[in-house]
Amino acid sequence: MFPDQASAFSSKVDSIFLASFIASAVILLGITAVIVYFVARYSRANNPEPEDIQGNLVLEVVWTLIPTVLFLVMFYFGWTRFQEMRTPPDDSMVVKVVGRQWAWSFQYPDGRWSDELYVALNRPVKLELQSKDVLHGFAIAAFRVKSDVIPGRSTYVWFSPSLLGTFDIQCTVICGVSHSYMLSKVNVLREDDFRVWYFRDGNAPKSSSRKKMSAAGSRAFGLLSDRQCLVCHTLDGTPRVGPSFLGLFGSEQTVVSKGKKTKMLADEAYLRRSIQDPKAEIVDGFPPSMPLIPLTESELDSVVAYLKSLAQPRARQR
Amino acid sequence: MNMNYLEPQGRGAVRDWIFSTDHKRIGLLYLAVMTAMFWVAVLLGVLMRIEQLTMGPTIMTPATYNAMFTVHGVVMIFMFVVPGLPAVFGNFLLPIMIGAKDVSFPRINLLSWYFFIIGGALAVASLFLGAGAPDTGWTFYVPFSLRTGTNVSLAVFAAFLLGFSSILTGINFITTVHRMRAPGMSWHRMPLFVWALYSTAWIQVIATPVIGITLLLVILERSFGIGVFDPAKGGDPVLYQHLFWIYSHPAVYVMIVPAMGAISEIIPTFARRTIFGYKAIAYSSIAIAALGSLVWAHHMFTSGMGELANTVFSLLTFLVAVPSAIKVFNWTATLYKGSTKLEPPMLYALTFILLFSIGGLTGVMQGALALNVHLHDTYFIVGHFHYVMFGGTGFAFFAALLYWFPKMFGRTYDRRWAFAAWPPLFIGFNILYGSMLLLGLQGMPRRYFDHLPQYHVLHVAATAGSWIMVTGLAMLFTTLLRGLLKGSKAPADPWGGLTLEWTVSSPPPLENFEAIPTVDRAPYAYNPGRTS
Ligand code: HEC
Ligand SMILES: [Cu+2]
Repeated sequence: MFPDQASAFSSKVDSIFLASFIASAVILLGITAVIVYFVARYSRANNPEPEDIQGNLVLEVVWTLIPTVLFLVMFYFGWTRFQEMRTPPDDSMVVKVVGRQWAWSFQYPDGRWSDELYVALNRPVKLELQSKDVLHGFAIAAFRVKSDVIPGRSTYVWFSPSLLGTFDIQCTVICGVSHSYMLSKVNVLREDDFRVWYFRDGNAPKSSSRKKMSAAGSRAFGLLSDRQCLVCHTLDGTPRVGPSFLGLFGSEQTVVSKGKKTKMLADEAYLRRSIQDPKAEIVDGFPPSMPLIPLTESELDSVVAYLKSLAQPRARQR
Repeated sequence: MNMNYLEPQGRGAVRDWIFSTDHKRIGLLYLAVMTAMFWVAVLLGVLMRIEQLTMGPTIMTPATYNAMFTVHGVVMIFMFVVPGLPAVFGNFLLPIMIGAKDVSFPRINLLSWYFFIIGGALAVASLFLGAGAPDTGWTFYVPFSLRTGTNVSLAVFAAFLLGFSSILTGINFITTVHRMRAPGMSWHRMPLFVWALYSTAWIQVIATPVIGITLLLVILERSFGIGVFDPAKGGDPVLYQHLFWIYSHPAVYVMIVPAMGAISEIIPTFARRTIFGYKAIAYSSIAIAALGSLVWAHHMFTSGMGELANTVFSLLTFLVAVPSAIKVFNWTATLYKGSTKLEPPMLYALTFILLFSIGGLTGVMQGALALNVHLHDTYFIVGHFHYVMFGGTGFAFFAALLYWFPKMFGRTYDRRWAFAAWPPLFIGFNILYGSMLLLGLQGMPRRYFDHLPQYHVLHVAATAGSWIMVTGLAMLFTTLLRGLLKGSKAPADPWGGLTLEWTVSSPPPLENFEAIPTVDRAPYAYNPGRTS
């Protein structure tokens, strides 16, 4: 019935649900049983002579008080546990979360960006949420946390992960065509695995999209990840907000330019144009949401060289 | 014998209807438009369910899907559920039930229908014109609704006009109840449906202008960038949410209170005894209307609006559920020592009690702050409000239609088919929206074109449920349509009802009463000899 219980909040929230569910079920079944019984017992055949009972003050008071008390109890538990959810401990690790149409990115205290969230088991984390454009909703169902992400102000959630594994992050406030693809993952690692990821390099343990690379490659990779290109693009062939970089160079692209569809070869000039003037040609089937992210000439060179190295002779893009 | 209101009045078939100021004809005008809009929205719903049948695109693009849930919501809410019972049954019955010849302002009444159809036409036009259908959801949250290139301004203007229609109807009902009651029709002799309409009318008059102004601000902001809501210009998007829900939460009670009123009519008639706790039911309508105006921000517990506000709104939310619970208990008690006959209207009315209670209780769960965080903006919400709006208001609408159909049209429908439509409707309904509740509990966000693998099974179940349910709906409407065209003549009082509408012929005479009746008893005094 419930999703994974992966944070300290999960079982607390679920127990509120379970208790109110049981109470509700008892009430519902009770009412239904009484109705069915009355309809049968006092049917026109069984009881041809009805009685006009106007009401009963004692009963009215009783069935006003019972739900009131029940509801107040529910209020109490909902409220106190909510207080906990709104009070992050002082030693929480603070990660900045930026939501934009249609991707999440995470910035760690050392300034590094990541497109997935990595956290350590049982270590409290506070996420400070910001939006670059419209409203979004940041939700990790397995942790039972959620908050709207509002442009122009900062909101937050906090949690203490209690289960190793990878869990879904979903956007919960309608934000445009790719709302349902505004997804990411949170990876809960053992403390020492987390340290390895956090202090050594940008490579997450057992992450599929990254492979061994040369020094130049790793500089370019660092750029792509720092400038948040990898929020929207992947290196493994799966399209995200934008097309994947794998096999892009040298492939034939269908693009929409000034309202017309044309096919063109993704050569070096095309790559440079795509990055320096993203609105000039829009790849067919993708939204025109690629932002202009300024790169210096040498950065651009290294990114383009890296993209070229990802060419695949017979790559099929979508 | 007097001429009945359905007979031609000499201006030609079309003009007889569209220029009629007769409250009964206006009620039917609403019914016709609403039924058409209802089916449009049902169709959109079915298509959306088909889209969820597989992961990835199934039959449409994300943009189309977003347009569909927006238009489905706008049409269902503003053109079916909100006006539903007041505009059709309120217009038709309110004057007759209090012994009046018409509402206080018959011409304003017709005007409100014109606002309604113009608003409706614009809403439909926003689908096809220019930039394409709005894709923001029926809540039009800023700043997305300010940025999107779609027809938001037109759709919002349509909602604005529909709001006007609602205000005018509200004013009319309040005045009519105060000024036009027949001699002897004291407040405590009014049928409970009238009490419900009266409470609702106050909400309509007080709350609707807020949404009107808010929607105008959205249009101004889109056209001239005035910067009230847009954070890029120093505006506040959360302010919009407050203003939106200050209307739209009370609007939920505009949707449900008249439905409760109709149920309070149907149950005593078929139990053939007086209602249990007349005053408790009457005043709880007022209590709901009053308290219901103070809980709007429970739609915003995750918006970061501040902990004190969260606490207060959570507490009030629990309290507003109490009057509804009181009603449910009183309806149940009305069956005690009755003499019940389970005719179709009664079956649908009792189903209302169950489905509405599920809707209410799932709503109460979301009032609990910590739990709300998890359930907010998921399918749990979608399931919950379909239990309330469809299981509640929808089933009450069907019950009311089955109950007053013979009165309105002077014909009967086939009872067996009305019964036969119930199992698919009920079972399909619960599979569809029950799956949604479970999906939400597992964290499936609402307004998603696509879904992750862990949600797939329940999505398929929901879609299957939608097909079963629509079969039931089609059976029900076909039955009524056949009754309308071919049904045998209905007697004045087919169910043995006691309220004033059953004292006039079916269909009612042109001016309702030859002579204004004098009322000398409570509305449901079936067994004046046997009371306790
Ligand atoms: C907010 C999401 C987003 C970010 C961040 C982003 N892009 Fe894009 N990108 C897109 C989208 C969407 C497209 C496809 C539409 C288009 O052509 O503009 C695209 C297209 C491209 C293309 C052309 C791809 C093709 O298949 O023809 C290249 C090259 C590219 N981006 C490089 C980059 C680089 C380098 C960065 C970082 C400096 C970056 N992008 C950052 C969304 C993004
Ligand atoms: Cu989003």
